[in-house]
Amino acid sequence: MTVAGQVEEVVIDKDSKGGKGKRNSTINPGESRLAFMLIAPTILLLALIVGYPIVKAIYQSFLTDPGLDSATGMFNEGNAWNGITNYTHWLFQQCATADGGTTSCPQGTLGSQFWGAFGVTVFFTVVTVAFETTIGMGFALIMNRAFKGRALVRVAILIPWAIPTAVTSKLWQVIFDPEGILNRILGTHFAWTSSLWPARSAIIIADVWKTTPFIALLILAGLQGISNDTYEAAKIDGANAWQRFTRITLPLVKPALAVAVIFRTLDVLRMYDLPAILTGGSNGTTTSSILVVRQLTSGINSASALSTITFVLIFLIAFGLVRLFNANIIGAQAKGVR
Amino acid sequence: MSTATALETQPAAPASHEAPRRKIHWGNIGTGAVMAIIFVWCLAPFYWMLVLSFRATAYTFDTTPWFTHLTLSNFKYAFNPEFNPFGRSLVNSLIIGTTVTAVSMVIGVFAGYALARLVFRGKGFVLAAILGASMFPGVAILTPLFQLFSGFGWLGTYQALILPQISFSLPLAVYTLTSFFADMPWDLEEAARVDGCTPGQAFRLVILPLAAPAMFTTAILVFLASWNEYLLSSVLSNGVTSVAPSTVAIANFTAGPHIVPYTQTMAAGLVVTVPLIIVVLLFQRRIVSGLTAGGVKG
Repeated sequence: MTVAGQVEEVVIDKDSKGGKGKRNSTINPGESRLAFMLIAPTILLLALIVGYPIVKAIYQSFLTDPGLDSATGMFNEGNAWNGITNYTHWLFQQCATADGGTTSCPQGTLGSQFWGAFGVTVFFTVVTVAFETTIGMGFALIMNRAFKGRALVRVAILIPWAIPTAVTSKLWQVIFDPEGILNRILGTHFAWTSSLWPARSAIIIADVWKTTPFIALLILAGLQGISNDTYEAAKIDGANAWQRFTRITLPLVKPALAVAVIFRTLDVLRMYDLPAILTGGSNGTTTSSILVVRQLTSGINSASALSTITFVLIFLIAFGLVRLFNANIIGAQAKGVR
Repeated sequence: MSTATALETQPAAPASHEAPRRKIHWGNIGTGAVMAIIFVWCLAPFYWMLVLSFRATAYTFDTTPWFTHLTLSNFKYAFNPEFNPFGRSLVNSLIIGTTVTAVSMVIGVFAGYALARLVFRGKGFVLAAILGASMFPGVAILTPLFQLFSGFGWLGTYQALILPQISFSLPLAVYTLTSFFADMPWDLEEAARVDGCTPGQAFRLVILPLAAPAMFTTAILVFLASWNEYLLSSVLSNGVTSVAPSTVAIANFTAGPHIVPYTQTMAAGLVVTVPLIIVVLLFQRRIVSGLTAGGVKG
């Protein structure tokens, strides 16, 4: 979530780089060497903590896990070449059988849950991001207009953002209790966290509560860059409120909005804390990340295949979104900070 | 639709203090109402946590919306090491957060300076690589690290909790510092040199005071991210409560069989959250500028 803000800032920067442009033309070898020395520690550390583990995981995802060999009935030490079996296990939900073949994984095993978990994750992503950007846009438009109380609201907005997700999850668990405040207010007796759709709604409500104000803050930053003269001119030319919104506001906040949507999407696609604590992943709230963590203790090489599939899918979705919004994030950054 | 009405009067709003008001501005009343809704939206759940944490456990499900049946026993319970390793977990969070922040800042400040100030080939690639590193889902590095650390016998140690957090805190530090540094008036450094400062003086008297707030804000953001981390810590602490941070302690908060420790959990949650709220209130402007800099400055 926090990263979204950083990047947006850099994207916006590209318009305001001002006099720094002239430095682009010359590449001084001494300066390059200095830059390399300054950046090396960061790259080395990230290569060690992120790069190496990921390469190792990809390698391991092609190996067998230790366990009873279903074909021979003997204990198998694992780590033998396994081809793409770990991948077909997850992608086609196929489990090994005693005769060495494969069959659909039985209900309830982790192997049978891959597409279900991925579907739920995508569902959470689409619904929460849609709610958060729509409501966040509304909040931002109002905050941009209001002069009294804006400082107060801006402080309030940072509070859901600052509360750790672990605490947020516990807080909503209390609110969602069958005897809890929400049921009392609504006059209902929902068992919010113990059946399918109420449990999913609970996750969505808690996430929307926590993140909408933050999205509003990001959009507000974009709105404040739009000059009032633009609206005045459009008004004189006879544009009505809706036209001014769709022809001026939306196009001008689009870069900020696109970055917020892309990074929020990436965040929800790896959602773990909220469902893991609020519902324990039960009642159809097992996200892809929860599935990986469950698999960790029952076969690390298979878990490696699962986490590889998960990040490849997330990467593909991110790539698609960047194309969809035509947002040149990396390019904008490179340009912006020169 | 609220968005449409919002825009109706928007252009007029800044000028409204110049023109005498003759009629009631329904738009302003609507704006005020929505501002109130945003305020309640943000604070109501937090307020409920506050109320419950000071309420006697027997009245957990009492819906009185203000402070009743006041007690401090929830806090005593939360800090009682017999039931929960909560006090210890706060110290752990502090140790982990401070180390992660210090390492990320010391290493990130060099990269941030180079990316913001120096011209070199492959800058776009370096930026993409650093951003990409932070974009990997936590589980993607968690799986191999879990195995690696169990091989080292590191599961349930501080280093196993600190090192993986660098994966997101270092890119966060580099990015925030890069964009802050890119916006700094570096020409002043040259001006100071022209006015007779030595390079050391120019750095100490001109650049450092300018960079300090940016670094401070970045440090706050990195520390907050570390303090709030749960996924990596919950798995890599491997049940060892003497090193687990407060997010893990909160998630596993118990009160023995058949007891739902709601009020006690809320008290613990409040203790974890209040320092963050204080930081947010004190440095509100800095944090917002750190999160949305380019836009807010307009």
